[in-house]
Amino acid sequence: MSFPLLTATAALPAIGAIATAAVPAARRTAAKWLALLFSLATLVLAGIVLARFEPGGARYQLTESHAWIKDFGVRYELGVDGIGVALLALTALLIPFVILAGWHDADPLETKSSRWRPTQGFFALILMVEAMVILSFEATDVFLFYILFEAMLIPMYFLIGGFGDRAHSGSDENAAAQRSYAAVKFLLYNLAGGLIMLAAVIGLYVVAGTFSLSEIAEARANGSLSMATGTERWLFLGFFFAFAVKAPLWPLHTWLPNAMGEATSPVAVLITAVVDKVGTFAMLRFCLQLFPDASKWATPVILVLALISIVYGALLAVGQRDIKRLIAYASISHFGFIILGIFAMTSQGQSGATLYMVNHGISTAALMLVAGFLITRRGSRLIADYGGVQKVAPVLAGTFLIGGLATLSLPGLSPFVSEFLVLVGTFSAYPAAGIIATTGIVLAALYVLVLYQRTMTGPVKAGVQGMADLKVRELVVVLPLVALLIFLGVYPKPLTEIVNPAVQHTMSDVHKKDPQPEVEAAK
Amino acid sequence: MSATAVHSLWTMAGGVTAAAPDEKFKAPVIEYAQLTPVLIVIGVAVVGVLVEAFVPRRARYYTQVFLTVVALAAAFAAVIGLAAGGYGTTKAHIAAMGAIAVDGPALFLQGTILLTSLVAVFTFAERRLDPVAHGNRVDSFAAQAASVPGSESEQAAVKAGFTTTEVFPLVLFSVAGMLVFPAANDLLTLFVALEVFSLPLYLLCAVARRKRLMSQEAAVKYFLLGAFSSAFLLFGIALLYGYAGSVSYAAIANVVDGSVTQIDPALAATMGNDVLLLIGGAMILTGLLFKVGAVPFHMWTPDVYQGAPTPVTGFMAAATKVAAFGALLRLLYVVLPGLSWDWRPVLWAVAIVTMLGGAVVAITQTDIKRLLAYSSIAHAGFILAGVIATTPSGISSVLFYLGAYSFVTVGAFAVVTLVRDAGGEATHLSKWAGLGRRSPLVAAVFAVYLLAFAGIPLTSGFAGKFAVFKAAAEGGAGGLVVIGVISSAIAAFFYIRVIVLMFFSEPKADGPTVAVPSPLTMTTIAVGVAVTLVLGLAPQYFLDLASQAGVFVR
Repeated sequence: MSFPLLTATAALPAIGAIATAAVPAARRTAAKWLALLFSLATLVLAGIVLARFEPGGARYQLTESHAWIKDFGVRYELGVDGIGVALLALTALLIPFVILAGWHDADPLETKSSRWRPTQGFFALILMVEAMVILSFEATDVFLFYILFEAMLIPMYFLIGGFGDRAHSGSDENAAAQRSYAAVKFLLYNLAGGLIMLAAVIGLYVVAGTFSLSEIAEARANGSLSMATGTERWLFLGFFFAFAVKAPLWPLHTWLPNAMGEATSPVAVLITAVVDKVGTFAMLRFCLQLFPDASKWATPVILVLALISIVYGALLAVGQRDIKRLIAYASISHFGFIILGIFAMTSQGQSGATLYMVNHGISTAALMLVAGFLITRRGSRLIADYGGVQKVAPVLAGTFLIGGLATLSLPGLSPFVSEFLVLVGTFSAYPAAGIIATTGIVLAALYVLVLYQRTMTGPVKAGVQGMADLKVRELVVVLPLVALLIFLGVYPKPLTEIVNPAVQHTMSDVHKKDPQPEVEAAK
Repeated sequence: MSATAVHSLWTMAGGVTAAAPDEKFKAPVIEYAQLTPVLIVIGVAVVGVLVEAFVPRRARYYTQVFLTVVALAAAFAAVIGLAAGGYGTTKAHIAAMGAIAVDGPALFLQGTILLTSLVAVFTFAERRLDPVAHGNRVDSFAAQAASVPGSESEQAAVKAGFTTTEVFPLVLFSVAGMLVFPAANDLLTLFVALEVFSLPLYLLCAVARRKRLMSQEAAVKYFLLGAFSSAFLLFGIALLYGYAGSVSYAAIANVVDGSVTQIDPALAATMGNDVLLLIGGAMILTGLLFKVGAVPFHMWTPDVYQGAPTPVTGFMAAATKVAAFGALLRLLYVVLPGLSWDWRPVLWAVAIVTMLGGAVVAITQTDIKRLLAYSSIAHAGFILAGVIATTPSGISSVLFYLGAYSFVTVGAFAVVTLVRDAGGEATHLSKWAGLGRRSPLVAAVFAVYLLAFAGIPLTSGFAGKFAVFKAAAEGGAGGLVVIGVISSAIAAFFYIRVIVLMFFSEPKADGPTVAVPSPLTMTTIAVGVAVTLVLGLAPQYFLDLASQAGVFVR
């Protein structure tokens, strides 16, 4: 038996989580370094996975399969396709930055109690989330995926509710109440989605008699498994509902601004750049593959919801007074693009959506983490409290601008490639949808540039005077992300090469061919 | 007998045939070896009563604890022995002249009851939680149950260091009844077992050391409503006898099937009368659903759970549910499968209101014990969904769920005993605020139990819930599954609320302290957590066990 590489990629951060949690209370710094070390080791393993993955090879590679719960027909089955490997790499890449950026976020305010160990808990929970997210990108068994999909809520919930942003207006008590409200809202929304999905998962088992993705797909392909139209649609809705809450899609999005606003910036990155990707990833992998006909049936409605997400998220971002909530609404708009790309059912759209997941992860991480550094310095999340930052902290302002420009998809930065592909893919199938989606780009320019203008330019505000520029640790976080944004913006080929074959598989699952252009384009 | 005996839910037992009336009188054959679990427990219970009479007061506590633990462990060993001897599968049969079934479900449930009782008894024996009174370590039970609360005689009893060591034989009697209850193979044995396990429970509810009046009130409520339900059950039994001319499960089932054509001349007027069958069946169901705590027969649950001494609550919540569901399963699957078209819609309705009712009402609770009581009602609804499946996987999933649930329950109530303030246990939820800051470990353990109750993956609660919902969906009750997940979502809200309270709220200045228990309670809690996680991560072995056990004998 070959070395279980995929299991190791997920097991390593899990072991790291346990090890970090076990560090004695007084050795906080050791716990931080331990967590960082494990996240870097995971990154190395993810690099090996990436290197071993052959873009043109079998659909699922590096597969592992073991019996787990025979009575439920559940197997421990892993395997990655191009989409999974890209997101796995993204997750492994972002976590070290998240840990570094959150280096001081969980330092205890008072050192009286020796048994309360927030620092150890914080980093252990981050690694736990990483382990579960990575495994969920690898799972090719529906039940295994479902378990991880639900279980990752618990560490996430404690990260949001237990470690709030210290920059808040109002009293500590008020902030604690808002934070636990945000955490509970996050959990209840996602748990409700997950439980609806549980009914669908059970239904799928009753219909198909197995949870194995490959077996079901094969049975569907050779006709030995046929679902009644009504059944398939109900099951599709059960799955899609859970993923739409997680993604989040309008009108199920309202937990995201609360959660991202109240959580610390690194945790906010974890939510939007890593955990939410499981939702959009699962739409591609499970909704389209298991229920191709129902997916096509639901496409019009989903496209409309995605368009509403794009425009509504962008409009609300324009109106925000709180920097982190602004980024949250911008993310809702971007998730609209991703879902639009997936359900446009063209290969450009889906490639674009997958690239979008990766690029949005990097760009939001850059923007949100720099915003977090800014907020920590001033102690306020309100845009109105800032002004003229670029005069006192030029590097901070500069990296914030690059993150912002990536968010508005400036050509030359990586999100442009993906947004362009999504729009092209959508336009070729649904021209009207493509046109409406474009307004999202215009609004993005508005909210990003106005944000920059109001916080960074103009006269230096009272609270901003003497603000320190980025420190070495913060530069180590930001610069690689910025470099990556530029590199993938200029040369996206390594990513597209991995993603495209997987998208072709998905396209053939839904029996869709790209609409032929009227004039044959030169290849 | 007849060809109709081919059925997936039960197998035909060999050997026992109805004796013709003209045969000579024969001495009854009792298979003592196969009844050892019950006999051990009853025997030691009787010895326990003698201990109360003859052993000096100082030595009683240790003697009783020792005897009780040994009895439960020995009985469990006997169950294992029987199961290993094949009585759960190939050698399953009816023992004791048709009164008791020795088969897979019976042995599985008896094993579960014995194990949960064993860990629950550790919390009964705990004497480190209450402050030392007059130089004596005291447990959760009144110094002298007969003394009026607050009276001089009570003070004298406390001062003299009396303890109510009678609780241990009472628990054993109760356990003995519970062992027989799911194994009973005729209606009279069923009724006797019900009374044997209920009466000690009524007493146990009344003997709390703290909050005696509430405890006594709970006991009276439980007794009155319990007596009502017993009456229902008994009346139902009478009607079914009138219908079938027998109290034996197999004989009744044959009449229901229509495979008996000979009519007993003495019962010519009533035998085979469907009105008797339907009313009698409904009344028996009422009696059992009362014990299970299903809506609308749940009214006693919150008061009794709240008032009873917490160790008793944990024992009762876990073991009674196991025994009662075992009996319910046997009755529905062995006696009344021919009537499933009639009882399934009724149980559908009961399951729906139980799931939703328990979950919704629990939201407004402010007392942790009442909250767990309503949660137990919601769980009864989930288990009913598995019962309704009427398939072999229905049996095995219910068995698995009961095993998983009972350990979580005993463990959760054991944690409740630890959180205390000056007035004894601090059960009001507001006092639990910030517990995670004061005692992270206790709060984390309780959080694990709550997540298991909520059915979060990787805990036993999820595996159990998945098993019953899967069985229900396969059995054609897809609608129930949908309502089940909706009420799970509602239920998640109040479990999560407690977690929020423990971890995200600031501790109150005058908040409760967490008592450091003796190894006894620690064992209970640790076993609970271990079972919760093992059944969550690797449930396969236990699922196998449950599905091997999943065939009733008739």
